Amino acid sequence: MPKIPLSWLAESVALVPDATPVDIATSLARVGLEEEGIHGSGVEGPLVVGRVMSLVKEEQSNGKTINYCRVDVGEFNDPEGPGHKPDNKVEYPSSKGIVCGAHNFVEGDWVVVVLPGATLPGPFPISGRKTYGHWSDGMICSSRELGLGDDHTGIIVLTEMGFSASDLTPGQDAIALLGLDEKTIEINVTPDRGYSFSIRGVAREYAHATGASFTDPAGLPVTGAAGEGFPILIEDEAPVRGNVGCDRFVARVVRGFDPSASSPTWMKTRLEAAGMRSISLAVDVTNYVMLELGQPLHAYDLGTLTAPIVVRRARPAESIVTLDDATRVLHGEDLLITDSEGGHAERAIGIAGVMGGALTEVSSSTTDVLLEGAHFDPITVARTARRHKLGSEASRRFERAVDTALPPVAVQRAANLLVEFGGGVIEEVYTDVDNVPAVEPIEMDTDYPSRIVGVAYIAEQVMDSLEQVGCEVERDGEVLIITRPTWRADLEGPINLVEEVARLQGYEGLPSVLPVAPPGRGYTHSQLVRKSVARSLAEAGLTQVLTYPFISEARLDEVMLPEDDVRRDVIRLANPISAEQPLLRTAILETLVDAVKVNLGRGAQDVALYETGRAYLGRLVGAIPATYSGTSITPDDVEALNEAIPGQVRRVAGVMSGNKIAAGWDGHATPWKWTDALAMVEKVERACGVVLEISNEVGERQSTAPFHPGRVAIYRLEGQIVGVAGEVHPKVCENLGLPARTVAFELLLDPLIDESEGVLVTASPVSGQVLAKEDFAFVVSSDVAAGSLVDAVISAGDGLVEDARVFDVYTGEQIGEGKKSLAINVRMRDADHTLSADEVLEVRNAIIAAAGEKFGAVLR
Amino acid sequence: MTDLSPLDAAGVDAAVEAALAAFAAASTLDELKEARLAHTGDKAPLTLANRQIGGLSPEEKAQAGKAMGAARAAMGRALAARTAELEAERDARVLVEEAVDVTLPTSRQQPGARHPIETMQERMCDLFVSMGWEVAEGPEMEAEWFNFDALNFDPDHPAREMQDTFFIDPPSSGLLLRTHTSPVQVRAALERRDSLEGGRGIYVVCPGKTFRTDELDATHTPVFHQIEGLAIDKGLTMAHLKGTLDHFARALFGPDAITRLRPAFFPFTEPSAEMDLRCFVCGGDDAACRTCRGTGWIEWGGCGMTHPNVLRAAGIDPEKYTAFAFGMGIERTLMFRHNVTDMRDMVEGDVRFSQQFGMEI
Repeated sequence: MPKIPLSWLAESVALVPDATPVDIATSLARVGLEEEGIHGSGVEGPLVVGRVMSLVKEEQSNGKTINYCRVDVGEFNDPEGPGHKPDNKVEYPSSKGIVCGAHNFVEGDWVVVVLPGATLPGPFPISGRKTYGHWSDGMICSSRELGLGDDHTGIIVLTEMGFSASDLTPGQDAIALLGLDEKTIEINVTPDRGYSFSIRGVAREYAHATGASFTDPAGLPVTGAAGEGFPILIEDEAPVRGNVGCDRFVARVVRGFDPSASSPTWMKTRLEAAGMRSISLAVDVTNYVMLELGQPLHAYDLGTLTAPIVVRRARPAESIVTLDDATRVLHGEDLLITDSEGGHAERAIGIAGVMGGALTEVSSSTTDVLLEGAHFDPITVARTARRHKLGSEASRRFERAVDTALPPVAVQRAANLLVEFGGGVIEEVYTDVDNVPAVEPIEMDTDYPSRIVGVAYIAEQVMDSLEQVGCEVERDGEVLIITRPTWRADLEGPINLVEEVARLQGYEGLPSVLPVAPPGRGYTHSQLVRKSVARSLAEAGLTQVLTYPFISEARLDEVMLPEDDVRRDVIRLANPISAEQPLLRTAILETLVDAVKVNLGRGAQDVALYETGRAYLGRLVGAIPATYSGTSITPDDVEALNEAIPGQVRRVAGVMSGNKIAAGWDGHATPWKWTDALAMVEKVERACGVVLEISNEVGERQSTAPFHPGRVAIYRLEGQIVGVAGEVHPKVCENLGLPARTVAFELLLDPLIDESEGVLVTASPVSGQVLAKEDFAFVVSSDVAAGSLVDAVISAGDGLVEDARVFDVYTGEQIGEGKKSLAINVRMRDADHTLSADEVLEVRNAIIAAAGEKFGAVLR
Repeated sequence: MTDLSPLDAAGVDAAVEAALAAFAAASTLDELKEARLAHTGDKAPLTLANRQIGGLSPEEKAQAGKAMGAARAAMGRALAARTAELEAERDARVLVEEAVDVTLPTSRQQPGARHPIETMQERMCDLFVSMGWEVAEGPEMEAEWFNFDALNFDPDHPAREMQDTFFIDPPSSGLLLRTHTSPVQVRAALERRDSLEGGRGIYVVCPGKTFRTDELDATHTPVFHQIEGLAIDKGLTMAHLKGTLDHFARALFGPDAITRLRPAFFPFTEPSAEMDLRCFVCGGDDAACRTCRGTGWIEWGGCGMTHPNVLRAAGIDPEKYTAFAFGMGIERTLMFRHNVTDMRDMVEGDVRFSQQFGMEI
């Protein structure tokens, strides 16, 4: 995001006297430019001007030659006399002794000296030290050491940099001299404010925030005349979304400038401070003007161009070598700048608005330059920059829309700078292909901003704000006719103008009014039940965690999903954070187990977790219907969209490992067992108000994975599998590093909740009659499910059995091989009278008969 | 020793006196039992004397019966009184002897806990439900149309890239993991738009899980939670937005919470604002404060007046109705409100983190 050097900002707007960088950032935030950082040069003094008094070349054993210099740094000099040890055998005049490895200077030169106690960018603190047999009090600095550019060929000689010796004094502060006291504010420009990607835009915003006076840096006069300059043609045969790729193109020639001329120091300093590198005068000038005005420019070596320049879309299989020396294969939507070397529009010389080509760039021998200032379609530029992953300073600006009025002005500004620092002549006639449509006025009721914002603005306030941002405003009774400025393409309709009024008048003036909503219906059944589920599990001793839903391919194998398991219909991310985990979980347990490991790894022994959330499952049904941007869609469309989104039913899952009851002074430990997993499911059933069918049968394309096939309960609701609970498969525990006999459960919540939605409990009267209890011990084949026997017992009671419960299970010799004894306690009661002994006996016999008939049960 | 005669008044008195003395002397319930057997048992002098009454003349019977009755009554009273005393003493002693050390560990089952992200979400929803708002929810894997197009994100606008989106493979599926809960706003508006015609405004909050392709670090997480609000009604203004946010902030952060709106940009709101809270740490008084970086404010969420294009997408006429929307991060709220300093604590699943919060927040 743009970095704004404050001295540069101050050229276009009167900064509030004594405003600190933080004050300025706060003012900008008021109108919507958020500060991202305040930066300095990283140089802290003493950094001073020095004059080389003496310079002794000394050859070293490593083959290098160093200079031992005595430098006059004025008030920082050591007094006259012997030098610092080991230079204390010689008497020196008042000066400092410094060792320097560069050789581009002589005695008498004016240099920049960093003294002990200073800090250079890095940060690199400077102190006096012994080196090459001398005491060196700091360094004579190069541009690179000061963060002023890449030039490290030698140290800075101030007179060569353009300073006059008569303006220099030994000991003078070089930080101010070189502009290193500059502070920059880095701001975050929101995508609607392309024009704030410039000093010009930020200065205007600062003026809005503070009322300071603003001088438009784009206000300079354009000399000469538009006419038959360098031939430019726009031949866009494939506009993107109906927009021609280029609606303005200004080209202007500057002839005879000195290719060896370098950019002035202040320009380099500002470019560096703004985050760009100094390259050459021609390139620096185009970048400087872009930073200042927001108009990207390009400088071509005129000598390499063959007229006409044609703007067109790329052809199939066409490619270009860009400035960064990369070869880029182009796409038919890419907009190109071409010239006619080898035929009309044959040679690509740049990707419009993104990056120039290598063939026609200015070089160290270029004397004649063609400056391009154009306006390109934001969508074309955005798509090309994305397609080639080639975001540039230019593309960032074009895709946020650039001021269509800028091209001739910016080109003029660049040409002026080029001539000022490199000599040469600006050609009188320039080319200006201008197909920019006139800005359509917007009509807005004068009270519209008040209706949206809730502040009673008077019409004058509205008009004043809009004029401040650059709009032309006419009033026709209660209607304003507003023409937006060319630099605010984002002001598309009245609502955008409302925001301008609101922010210029200030958000801090907004009243605070709490609206009264109509009486609501409270939480939905689903919301209430889910809260109840979450709470009951936490109260049962499980801790809720929220794991990421991303899994690896390997995880599906680790949990032993068979190849044909429905959970292999896994959904993949196109751009996962980690290539290791490109899939979305198909069950919560697949990721919840990782949280168990986190806890075990941190020393926990007994871990009981649960998670409520979604897993994602199903085959993609294909492309979602096309976009409906800006228009309403029909209920059918919504349905089509919803149909195309795969299943992501809400679920709840839990994992328990280690002890449920820890060993203590008053008793032994009780481990978490499969029964606990099933008991948790019962809690969920109760919270949801449903009773599920339980068995150990799986369905088609389903498996018991990741559970122990002999210790798993499969839950069904109306025939559909909705959950599973039991002991985790020993091999899965091993694969995942879980303790043996870890138990778990997972249930689909949505179908359970839907089942009880709207179901009202019809209360039965509670009988006060005396309870009759009967115990039975049935011997059955060991494969008889206890639950089925209990169901049979209850139904045999014909409404008189209130409850039946297995209280003992026995196997052993007394019973015989392949058999088990189930002891059942039965509670009987009638609604209107106490059961007589005969009635109880009758029920007892009916139970025995039913158990015998259905399960071959024999009373023990 | 001759048997005591029931007519021997002095003898009976003496026997009663002896019994009373023995009862009083008994210091335990066992001794009392012995004394009772000795003085009122089958072989006790008074019992034997009583048996002689049958052989007496009628006049003597009456006299002896009266004397014996009085004697038994006196002993019975004394016995009951002493029994009560000794039982009370015994009970008191047992209670002392049975005393336990109540500081020993009692529950050996680990307590469970809710995750504070969930309970925070519930607390926020409770506030809005109490104001008559409803809680709306929607899918996490979402159609691009709901996540972007309906929210006025132009397909080519750089704003789409502001949100680092997880796309579902293949990209032509048009599916993604929602980058905000705003698609639920559109769904909620579509579902409820008929109620507007009936003069009933739409007021909903949309809590839930959201996704962006940020690497996990102390302040970022690719999976996080938001709560968004949407109100659509006749005559709603930014002042109502400000009022709602002020109420929300004070409910969560206390009556002294101070809020500020600052211009910003979101494709789905216009005018848009960032909502800041006065820095909790320095209160705006410390230029070197690390929490607010000296600005005195910390960003809580984004908000604004719902863009007319978004209302149109939901089939609502922006000429008739205005709307406002806001969105806050749940994790960020927890960080401010409970001094959670590292995002990783919220996502790694260490039970010690959740257990600090228990069941409510």
